[in-house]
Amino acid sequence: MVNVVHRTHYLNVDYGMKSWLLTTDHKRIAWLYILTITVFFAIGGLFATLIRLDLMTPAGDLLTDETYNKFFTMHGVIMIFFFLIPAIPTTLGNFLVPMMIGARDLAFPKLNLASWYLFLLAGCCTLYAVISGGVDTGWTFYTPYSTISSNGHVAATVIGIFIAGFSSILTGLNFIVTIHRMRAPGLTWFRLPLFIWAHYATSIIMVLGTPVIAITLLMIAAERLLHLGIFDPKLGGDPVLFQHLFWFYSHPAVYIMVLPAMGVVSELVAAFSRKPIFGYKFVAFASLGIAVIGFLVWGHHIFVAGQSVYASMVFSLLSYLVAVPSAIKVFNWTATLYRGSIERTTPMLYALGFIGLFTIGGLTGLFLAALGVDVHVHDTYFVVAHFHYIMVGGTIMAYLGGLHYWWPKMTGRMYPDSMAKVSAWTIFIGFNLTFFPQFVLGYLGMPRRYHVYPPEFQLLNVLSTAGASLLGVGYLIPFTYLLWSLRYGAVAGPNPWGATGLEWTTDTPPPTENFHRTPVVTIEPYVYTEVSRA
Amino acid sequence: MPPVGSPLFPEQASTMAPQVDALFFFLIAVSAFFSFLIAALIVYFSVRYRRRSKYEIGAVLHGNVVLEVLWILVPFGISMIIFVWGATLYFRMFRPPEEVLNIYVVGKQWMWKFQHVSGQSEIDELHVPVGRAVRLTMTSQDVIHDLFLPEFRIKTDVIPGRFTQIWFQATKPGRYHLFCAEYCGLQHSQMTGQVVAMEQKEYQAWLSGGEEGASLASEGEKKYQDLNCGSCHLSNGKGRGPALEGLFGRTESLEGGGTVQVDEDYLRESIMMSTAKLVAGYKPIMPSYQAALTDEELIQLIEYIKSLRAAQ
Repeated sequence: MVNVVHRTHYLNVDYGMKSWLLTTDHKRIAWLYILTITVFFAIGGLFATLIRLDLMTPAGDLLTDETYNKFFTMHGVIMIFFFLIPAIPTTLGNFLVPMMIGARDLAFPKLNLASWYLFLLAGCCTLYAVISGGVDTGWTFYTPYSTISSNGHVAATVIGIFIAGFSSILTGLNFIVTIHRMRAPGLTWFRLPLFIWAHYATSIIMVLGTPVIAITLLMIAAERLLHLGIFDPKLGGDPVLFQHLFWFYSHPAVYIMVLPAMGVVSELVAAFSRKPIFGYKFVAFASLGIAVIGFLVWGHHIFVAGQSVYASMVFSLLSYLVAVPSAIKVFNWTATLYRGSIERTTPMLYALGFIGLFTIGGLTGLFLAALGVDVHVHDTYFVVAHFHYIMVGGTIMAYLGGLHYWWPKMTGRMYPDSMAKVSAWTIFIGFNLTFFPQFVLGYLGMPRRYHVYPPEFQLLNVLSTAGASLLGVGYLIPFTYLLWSLRYGAVAGPNPWGATGLEWTTDTPPPTENFHRTPVVTIEPYVYTEVSRA
Repeated sequence: MPPVGSPLFPEQASTMAPQVDALFFFLIAVSAFFSFLIAALIVYFSVRYRRRSKYEIGAVLHGNVVLEVLWILVPFGISMIIFVWGATLYFRMFRPPEEVLNIYVVGKQWMWKFQHVSGQSEIDELHVPVGRAVRLTMTSQDVIHDLFLPEFRIKTDVIPGRFTQIWFQATKPGRYHLFCAEYCGLQHSQMTGQVVAMEQKEYQAWLSGGEEGASLASEGEKKYQDLNCGSCHLSNGKGRGPALEGLFGRTESLEGGGTVQVDEDYLRESIMMSTAKLVAGYKPIMPSYQAALTDEELIQLIEYIKSLRAAQ
C-alpha cells in the first residue's frame, strides 16, 4: 500500500456503523444507495440469466410456466423500480449535485437520508413478495389480470413500488430546491454542467409523475383487496383506464432513467475531448424538452388497445416530437468530438458506447411510434430489444461510465485501466449479441413474455442467450476490480483526468464539507484553456 | 408444422403485409444511414483527434447555429414522413371495407373460440377465405388478450367488457401463426393457434362440411324469444324500447345530446348496460343482461338484431 498523507475526508472521518446508517452527508448516502442498488441489480440479473437459459429451447425445459412468468415479472420490477429509476440520480446524482454546484450538501440532508430508508423499506416489501412466492403479472400490472386473475403477491409488490415512489419524489424535490437555492456565487444557470441540467429535468418528472403511479398502484390494491370496481369490467370498471394511468407515469419514467444518463455522457464527452460541449444550450434545453413532451406521449403504448384512431394519431405525432431533442443531443455529442483532444479512457469508451447504442435504441423508437408498423411489432421481442437498447445500452452504460469517471473522486483510488477496458468491450459486444437478434425475432412475430415458442425461433434465441452470458461476465469484471481498487488501487490525485468542474477542484476524496472555502464561479463550464493537470 | 417465410423474415400473407413491410424497409434505411453516420464519425474523430500529448486540449468550439437548425429540421422532416405514412396504414388497418365477412372471436384463458356467422365454431384454428376481407369482432371472457397474426402484420387487443375489431384480407393459401400477444397468465405462451387461409371454393366446402349448426342469427332469435325482448322493442316503434328493425348501421340521437353509430359494440353495450347511451325519447328502464348472457349468447343476439331489416 502506498503511503498516504493523513488527511480527514468524508470516508475516514468516522468508521462506525452508526456513522453510516445515520449519516446526512450526501456523499455517504450515495454509497448507501450504490450498495443497495448493486444488490438489486444482482438479483434482477440473476432472474434475467435464468430467463435466457430457459429460452435456449423452444419448449422452455428449464422452468415451469409459472416460474418463468414470475421470473420475468420480478426481473422487470426489480430492474426498473429498484435499479434503473434510482440508478444514476441517487448515486452519482446524490454525490455530485452538491459538489458540482459548489454546495456543502443537498438542501434537505435529513430528507435525503429518509428517502434512502424509504427505498430500503420498499425494497424489503418487494423482496418479501419475491421470497414468499413471487408475482406473475409482468412489471406492467395490466388489469384485470392483476386485480382478478393473478394469484401472486401483487399487493405486497405494488405497495413496495408505492413506497419506492416516495423515495423518488423526495430525491427529486431535494435536487430541485438544491439546484435553485444552493448554487455557488457566480454559478448562473448557463454555467451549470449539463449533468445538473439533466438532473433538474429528471427531478421535475420525478415530482410530477410519481404521484400518478402511486395512485394507480393504490387503485390496484383497492380493487384486489376491497373489490372496488375501478378496472374490472365485471364490477363496472374499465381495464384500459389502467393502461392510461400506468403509462402516464411509466413513459416519463423512461426519461427518469435516461436523462441522467445523458447528463453523465455530456460530462464524459467534454472531459475526454477537453473541449466545451458543442451546442451547450441546445443540449440543456433538449433535456427540458424531453421532460415536458415526455408527459404527452403515453398513448403510444396503447395503439392496439382499442384506442380511438384519432387519439393514436396525436400520440404518434407527439412521440415524433420527443424524438427530436434526443437527436439534437446525439448530434451535439458527436460534434463535440470534432477537433477534440480525445483520450480513449474507460469512461470514454462507455460514453461512446452509450452514444452508439442509444442511437440504435432511439431510431428503433421511430419504428414503434409509426402507427402502422407498431401494430405488427407491438408486444413482440422488437419492443423488448428497443427498450433494452435504451435502458441497458443507454442507462447502464452511462452509469458504469460515470462510476469509472468519478470513482477516483469518490474513493481516492484508481482501478486497473486495461482490465476496465476489457470489461467495457465485453459488455458492449455481449449487449449487442444479446439484444440485436431480438429485433429480428420481434419482426418475425415472436411475442414477448413467451415461455414456449415455435421451434423456428430457436436459433436467434440461442444467439441471444450466448450474448447474455458474455454480458453477465462483462458485468462481473468491474464488480471485482472496483472492489479490489478500494484497497490496492493507485492513489488518485484531486483531478486525475485533468477535467473541468467544481468537483475536481477539491480534495480527493472530498472533505465532509466538500469545499474548504465556498468556490466562486466566473466562467462557463468546460473551459479547458483554464485547466492544468494536477 | 406451420410454414415460415425465411428464418429471418416473416412471410407476407395479407394485403396489408407488403404495405407494412415497405414502411419497415424505409425505417431500416433511415436507421442504418444515421447509425452508420454516427458510428463512422465517432470512430473517425476518436482516431483523427486522439490526444497526442498529455496536456493537449481541444479546439474551443461552442457550437454552430446553422448546424443545430439543420439537425433539428432534418430529423423532424423525416419523422413527419414516417408519421404520415404510418398513420395512413393504421387508418387502413382499422377501417374495414364495406363488404366484409364478419367472424366473432372470444378469447379466454387460454384458448381462442371463433364463431362464424353461419354457425360453425372452432377452437384455436381459424379458417378464412383468400381474397376476401375478413373482419374479426372480438371480446374476452376474462382478462385482456391480443390476437396477433404476424404473417398478416396485424394485431389487436381482445378486451373483456367490449368489442374490438380488426380486419385483414389473406392473399395466399396456407397455415399461419396465431398468437396471443398480451400477457394473460399461466399459459399465455400456449394460447396460440393457426389461421388456415383457403381458396374460396375450398372455404365454401369447409363451411358446408363439418357439423351442421344453426346460424348465429337463428340461435339469437331463440334467445330473443326466451328473454322476451320483443315485449318492449315493438317493431312498430311504439314500445317502451326502440324498434330494432333496421337499427344496425343507423345513427341514433342520444338522450342528453350527441349521436351514436349503431355497431356491434354499441349493441353489446346497450344490452349489458342500456343506460350508458340511451336513445333520445326513451326511459332508462331496461335491466342489465350482463348476468343473463354468456359472450356467445350475446354474439348470437347481436347477429339476430343485425339481421332484422326495416319493414318497407
